[in-house]
Amino acid sequence: DQVLRVVPETLQQAQHLQHLCSTLLLDLWKPLLPADIRAGEDLQMRVPAPLVQELKASLDQHFIAYKVLIPDVQELVEQSMPGGRSSYRQVPQGYVYTQYHPMKEIYEWMGQIQRSNSELVTLQELGMTVENRTMSYLQISQPSNKPKKIIWMDCGIHAREWISPAFCQWFVKEILQNYKSDPKIRRLLENWDLYILPVLNIDGYIYSWEKDRFWRKNRSPHQHGTCYGTDLNRNFNSSWGSVGVSYNCSSDIFCGSGPESEPETRAVAHFIERKKSDILCYLTIHSYGQYILTPYGSTTTPPSNSEELIHVAEKAAAALMGKYGTRYKVGSTSLLLYSNSGSSRDWAHRIGIPFTYTFELRDTGTHGFALPPDQIQPTCEETM
Amino acid sequence: DLDDVGHKYSLELVLEDILDRDTTVNCTAEVLYHLGNKNLAPAVQFTLEGDLKNTDEADNTFYNQIRSLEKELVAENIPDSHGNMPPALEPIHLLGWVASGYVIWQNSTENTHFHPAQIKHVKQVKRSDEYLEFDYMILLHEMVSQ
Repeated sequence: DQVLRVVPETLQQAQHLQHLCSTLLLDLWKPLLPADIRAGEDLQMRVPAPLVQELKASLDQHFIAYKVLIPDVQELVEQSMPGGRSSYRQVPQGYVYTQYHPMKEIYEWMGQIQRSNSELVTLQELGMTVENRTMSYLQISQPSNKPKKIIWMDCGIHAREWISPAFCQWFVKEILQNYKSDPKIRRLLENWDLYILPVLNIDGYIYSWEKDRFWRKNRSPHQHGTCYGTDLNRNFNSSWGSVGVSYNCSSDIFCGSGPESEPETRAVAHFIERKKSDILCYLTIHSYGQYILTPYGSTTTPPSNSEELIHVAEKAAAALMGKYGTRYKVGSTSLLLYSNSGSSRDWAHRIGIPFTYTFELRDTGTHGFALPPDQIQPTCEETM
Repeated sequence: DLDDVGHKYSLELVLEDILDRDTTVNCTAEVLYHLGNKNLAPAVQFTLEGDLKNTDEADNTFYNQIRSLEKELVAENIPDSHGNMPPALEPIHLLGWVASGYVIWQNSTENTHFHPAQIKHVKQVKRSDEYLEFDYMILLHEMVSQ
């Protein structure tokens, strides 16, 4: 059986498709009813194997364009069945990393990841969001008798940057699927503990799924509930409120009522503060722009370890480009992007974490925040 | 830095055909951001090394497709939340992006960085002549103010 995507361009073609669906008893996936088939709107249908040839011939004769989305339905079904290929044992069955997932599914995924990798993974609570949702991170830690330093990575501090949480999930999957077979990952886990926060701004992320795709901030109410949201990446206690912010709630870069005014900020900051002497590297993942950004945003004065920071970042950018040719620019936020204060990355460096980077993932504006799902895999692979 | 006038930038850039990324045209340009009057769009002069591809065929196909519709075209959220759009709406999308380019130019300063984010809504306006008219509501993302 095959699944085809068909786009009838004219009324006649739409009518012909309606006819085909009804007479051949095709399994229409989208739209729901043949009567809803419209010119200019794409249609998806499953075609039983014995009818595939005849159907394609009919489409060709009417100059109707189609694309095969699934060349073999049975194969795909078998792949996502439990007890299938052993490489899927460590990763939740059928979780599609090349699609964007709503928060509910991400919570479930986190639970499953922990359960199916309990020798390495623990789920730890960090705090609560404004709307009382639990913030948790995944701790990936290989048992060892030597104490290990920590690499921290958070995703989704800005709600609309969907590729960011997608990358955190991909990252976890890659590590857990390959730590036994890949020497680089094995060495990584021998030497460091990984702390991954897949979605920092949970309320905002949910809001971007349900109400406003381009929401950025969290969902804290201000001015008696007439205005919502603080930009969490302007809310940290690093030159807070000085530059590149707005004091007006209606702005997308509103820095909040004070440094660490937001529960999400406090949850992350208090935790990192406590563990700071063990944290080697703080990474925070954003989109878009294709940058690896070093401190600071609040000043052009370089940090004390600037040379080393840039050197490492340039090696990362080169490795990234080696995969698919994607160009990332490397430099400080204040020189490359814009001035901002109160960012989590600046704060992390100021309290003493040596290697702190903000990644701005694909792309450079063509799709911007609405990066199509077919770019999830290449983006994640190259960033890996 | 031109005293009392503004800031002039000399640029060398490469234009990439959106529909065929391997086709490029070299371009040199001068952009002048006016001092003082921020309501004036930057002045732009440019020269192309070579010709832009002819789009008559694609334009005609699009024109005829729209003319053949029974009802005026209406669409929203292009692309959708996931970044997808029906292939048939690609020309509508491109048209919207081109129109955005004009609005962005008119509203650009040295401290702005605009990209079109999404066509929230587009509807075709009924006309009695042979022109096609579309009414777009487009979201633009400004990088600095976010």
